[in-house]
Amino acid sequence: MIGLASGIAVKHLLARQRQSLVSLSGIVLGVAFFLAVSSLMQGSESDFIRRLVDNSPHITIQDEFRNPRLQPVEQLYPSGAIELRRVKPLTETRGIRGYPQILEGLRTLPALRTSPVLAGQALVSFAGKDIAVSLNGMIPAEVNDVSTIQNYMIAGSVDALTTNPDGIILGDALARRLSLILGENVTVTAPTGEVHTFKILGLFHTGRADYDNTQTFADLKRVQALLKRLNRANTIIIKLDDPQQAHAVADGIERRFGYKSVSWQEANEDLMSTLTTRNIIMYTVVSAVLIVAAFGIYNVISTVVLEKQRDIAILKAIGFRARDIRRIFMIQGVLLGLAGSALGLPFGAGLMLGLMQIRLKFPGSSDPVALPIDWNWPQFAMAAAFAMGAALCAGSLPARKAATVQPVDILRGAQ
Amino acid sequence: MTEAVIEAEGLTRRLAGEVMVTLVEDASLAVHRGEFVAITGASGSGKSSLLYLLGLLDRPTSGRLWVRGGETSTLDEDALASLRLTEVGFVFQFHFLLPEFSALENVMLPMQRLSRSPQAEIEARAIDLLGSLDLAREANKLPRQLSGGQSQRVAIARALANDPLLILADEPTGNLDTAASANVQRILMDLAHHHDCAVIVVTHDRDFAAAADHMIVMSDGRIRGNQPVR
Repeated sequence: MIGLASGIAVKHLLARQRQSLVSLSGIVLGVAFFLAVSSLMQGSESDFIRRLVDNSPHITIQDEFRNPRLQPVEQLYPSGAIELRRVKPLTETRGIRGYPQILEGLRTLPALRTSPVLAGQALVSFAGKDIAVSLNGMIPAEVNDVSTIQNYMIAGSVDALTTNPDGIILGDALARRLSLILGENVTVTAPTGEVHTFKILGLFHTGRADYDNTQTFADLKRVQALLKRLNRANTIIIKLDDPQQAHAVADGIERRFGYKSVSWQEANEDLMSTLTTRNIIMYTVVSAVLIVAAFGIYNVISTVVLEKQRDIAILKAIGFRARDIRRIFMIQGVLLGLAGSALGLPFGAGLMLGLMQIRLKFPGSSDPVALPIDWNWPQFAMAAAFAMGAALCAGSLPARKAATVQPVDILRGAQ
Repeated sequence: MTEAVIEAEGLTRRLAGEVMVTLVEDASLAVHRGEFVAITGASGSGKSSLLYLLGLLDRPTSGRLWVRGGETSTLDEDALASLRLTEVGFVFQFHFLLPEFSALENVMLPMQRLSRSPQAEIEARAIDLLGSLDLAREANKLPRQLSGGQSQRVAIARALANDPLLILADEPTGNLDTAASANVQRILMDLAHHHDCAVIVVTHDRDFAAAADHMIVMSDGRIRGNQPVR
């Protein structure tokens, strides 16, 4: 029966070649644009997340707690009606207590690299100019494990810090503001009043103005001395082999060590929700293209149903059931959807190739970059699925109408 | 007398609307194998409406109808469609062939729908049927390439495809010239008399009706006369 229904369906469509082709081209264009736009959006999203994941720690352990510590009386009477007012935290040197032990504990976990950081504010002075910066004390040998800063070096290198602990690495924008070049000495003043002279061993350029203007890196021990916080770190940064695990791993670490552990997903929650909004907008717009195409299919099948009322009446008189008739017209929808996908996907792939040729030069970045395109099969599958869905919906309305044709009404009218 | 192929009792069909229209009123009849029955009457007398009721294309407002002894009023649409497929063959005034299908494909349609035999057998039977109606050379032509008489014979071949016992024809010669008309008439009579079918023909052609075994005369939806012609 499927074969028979398909045979009739195909003959109907072939009998109206021009109209079928027009509605088919609607679906082809719909599929192609859906594919091209959604792969571009998905590509740029992946690209964005990859940059985000690459350039920021996957997990940051901070020297603070998510919830204020419980007071002894609250621990003792957890269900008691206790109200404590004006609890003042104990004055203590800020930082992660016993960070070497935590590091040791972390290093027993698999698929993870970690390093401590002591970050603080400082003033960089040169030739009468003072600029406030963030001074990051790191263990030079471990920097490359947990940071991609090495990839952005335009002069010198991070490794130079290993041999010269009195070195500093800063952004090219900051260097330009202070008229500094590689190899020069610069004075760094800490809020504690300590002053130390560093030699510039490296310059980086990430393209993010804020970062290039304010971030500086130096040896952990020197920074600890400068900030008068010996044997302290206030951040532990972690890179994972699988960044997608960050959320779960961060939870585990926080439960184990108590300190607030922030995964990259949590740190960028606002960005991630922006991406979701962007996807919703994109799929709404692109689906609209397919919905318009679906109207084309609806139109051609409706016309066939109207034109073929007599044939439908005859088929029913011969002994075709209502659902046999419905099937004929549903198959027309399916055929148009299939043909639309079959032609639309290669066409869309062509558009994607075309988009890849486009080079954009973003403000602030030096090299023109290609548009990121996601070539993975889910994009193709999704475009085809949307087209089929649209075609089925468009076919089902006229098909239902065809099934309800009463042969007697038509035969009476024909006499 | 053998069991009636079709039997009706008090068939009435009304169309509801602002004014109630009665198409057929209180029609009772029985047609047996080998019988050739003609229904005549003026335009609007309800002949075609009665034929549609007998052919299970329409449901009576009241009254009962048996096909080969089986009561049909309790059957659902699908069951009626199955009965039409196997027990009833229709021939209409306008041949009503599907225009995109060749003569052969048109004849094969009911058999393919029934799908009881393999495709090759279906095709062989369709060719046989066309051959028996002198249409062997027209098998692969499209309906628009056929003459009126040829088309009507293809339509008869299609009606015979599933070997039904009941053949219903609605003004089958209404659109044909004298020669073609005589040919179609001869074929239908032959079906009753030599192939043991029950054939009911609606016609306003007096001569055609006079050639039937039985003539039913209708006016205003009622059967006014029902008698053997000879």
